[in-house]
Amino acid sequence: MTTSLTKEKLIEMFGKMIEIRFFEEKVFELYAQNLVPGTIHLYLGEEAVAVGVCTALNKDDYITSTHRGHGHCIAKGADLNRTMAEILGKKTGYCKGKGGSMHIADFNIGMMGATAVVGAGLPIAVGAALSAKLRNTSQIVACFFGEGASNQGTFHESINMAATWCLPVIFVCENNLYAMGTRQSRVMAIENISDRAAAYGIPGVTVDGNDVIAVYKASQKAAGQARKGEGPTLIECKTYRLKGHSRVDPAKYRPKQEVEEWLKKDPIKRLKQHLIETKTLTEQEIQQIEKQAQTKIEEAVKFAMESPTPNPEEALEDIYA
Amino acid sequence: MRKITYRDALREALREEMKRDPTVFLLGEDIGKYWGGAFKVTEGLAEEFGEERVRDTPISENAIIGTAVGAAITGTCPVAEIMFGDLTALAMDQIANQAAKIRYMFGAQAKCPMVIRTPFGAGVNIASHHSQSLEAWFMHTPGLHVAVPSTPYDAKGLLKTAIRGNNPTVFCEHKLLYPIEGEVPEQEYTIPFGKADTKREGEDVTIVATLYMVHKALNAAKQLEKENAINAEIIDPRTLTPLDTQAIIKSVKKTGRLIIVTEDCKTAGVSAEIAAIAAEHAVDYLDAPIKRVAEPDTPIPFSPPLEQYVIPNEKTIIKALKEVLQTW
Repeated sequence: MTTSLTKEKLIEMFGKMIEIRFFEEKVFELYAQNLVPGTIHLYLGEEAVAVGVCTALNKDDYITSTHRGHGHCIAKGADLNRTMAEILGKKTGYCKGKGGSMHIADFNIGMMGATAVVGAGLPIAVGAALSAKLRNTSQIVACFFGEGASNQGTFHESINMAATWCLPVIFVCENNLYAMGTRQSRVMAIENISDRAAAYGIPGVTVDGNDVIAVYKASQKAAGQARKGEGPTLIECKTYRLKGHSRVDPAKYRPKQEVEEWLKKDPIKRLKQHLIETKTLTEQEIQQIEKQAQTKIEEAVKFAMESPTPNPEEALEDIYA
Repeated sequence: MRKITYRDALREALREEMKRDPTVFLLGEDIGKYWGGAFKVTEGLAEEFGEERVRDTPISENAIIGTAVGAAITGTCPVAEIMFGDLTALAMDQIANQAAKIRYMFGAQAKCPMVIRTPFGAGVNIASHHSQSLEAWFMHTPGLHVAVPSTPYDAKGLLKTAIRGNNPTVFCEHKLLYPIEGEVPEQEYTIPFGKADTKREGEDVTIVATLYMVHKALNAAKQLEKENAINAEIIDPRTLTPLDTQAIIKSVKKTGRLIIVTEDCKTAGVSAEIAAIAAEHAVDYLDAPIKRVAEPDTPIPFSPPLEQYVIPNEKTIIKALKEVLQTW
């Protein structure tokens, strides 16, 4: 890892990644205790992608997210308390308990919401970018989706449209190699999703998605181009889920050796090592940051647990504006 | 009062709203200066407002609607055109899962002010992929508004309301209505959603009809009055969501008889919902069973005699009217 990043920014990124890691571990723990209704899709292991991309964005830039979206929310600056409360189905959650784990949004920070229909966020990102252009703002949009979504028609329709109209979108493909239990090689004849960019006449890059600095640099370049009116970029981030697809999926479809290889590439472990090697932070300082993050997560859990559930009749509200 | 076509009335609404609000823009396939829309509704608007605001798109229905959703939730008001109603099927995820649910599932953080204009209806021999009436799909989807204008006056007033509204509206047009002329005032007006219009007053039987069927029902009612001295009342809901149930119930209570004439399929269709409402709220007032005159649950066939057979017409409407009137 080499970097021209400021020390402050690196530390901030590390802090965010740690927050996501601890948050997700806590969600998993709460799930095991039967406190989380429904299902969960954890972002564990993919932290470098959301943080690397969102660090390259401004507060008023937009993102679209997916069913595996907790990390995107936190990276864009969402409040941990309201995020946790939403996951637990509480009235104080971002969506008043109407969305849950798969549908968290915070429109005040440009987080346009997580869609649980695979690939559905792509055209919405294009629309937000078109709107930014029509409103003459310099806002850009980062659109997160998985490699599985790149086989949806919306991938083609949306990137073609954004490229043709030269819209400010960064298409961020989080390639974690598996769409649920389906390995990429079983449903695609190519290895790199970024190759598909050529079909739309836009830049396509593949980066190590477990290297937050690499993700940040690629995103920063794409963001700069988008903001200058030079159109979209497709960034493929190769990454890996630490856990299964959802809930307690043991992910038996992944070879043991492969899992072990990827565990060695844990993005947080790597960033920690980099911070120490470059003397950016001491072990002690790292522990301090970790402790702070743990405290924030504990507070979020407390807030969520103590929050009331919605009144049942609220189910009939908020359908129309 | 001046008379203009349904097509021109729609165009006037678009033009006036684009002038009023710079965030209103149009997108769709061939709606711009090279074609002006498959049914010429948007003709001239690209020249007037520029290609940024009257935007020709690739043939990508799902992305057209998804783009509209993304634009709507970030401070603009898109009016998307889907060239034929049947093609909304290609965009159904963005319509039914995204546009319709985005406000609700995010706890009212967002509003999604957008319009999807699309023509439904048979009668011009373009077969199964260009002729169906699918209003019920959207009526069955909470979060959407559904407008079904039958006259130039209603078309203009309802489209302006749709554009000014804060919710996604599926604005159902009918291809046989585009050339129809009607009175439209020069001065500004809008028509509220959820307010039915009595297209004809009568005492003997209520006909609830939508879109092009309003005109066939009017013809049938005239004929019935002339030949049988029977006066039918015609209620045009104008919007299916919200639906003016009170107007329907009130008329049924007055006449004691109800037939429903719609061009969509009979099963689980618009007519089924209206019949259920009448049964729930006015069954004690009914002097005869409710009759539905609707498409007999087939795809729309091509050959003219086949197509004519499945679409309600004056004859089938009069037959239904006579049946409910015979049950005294």
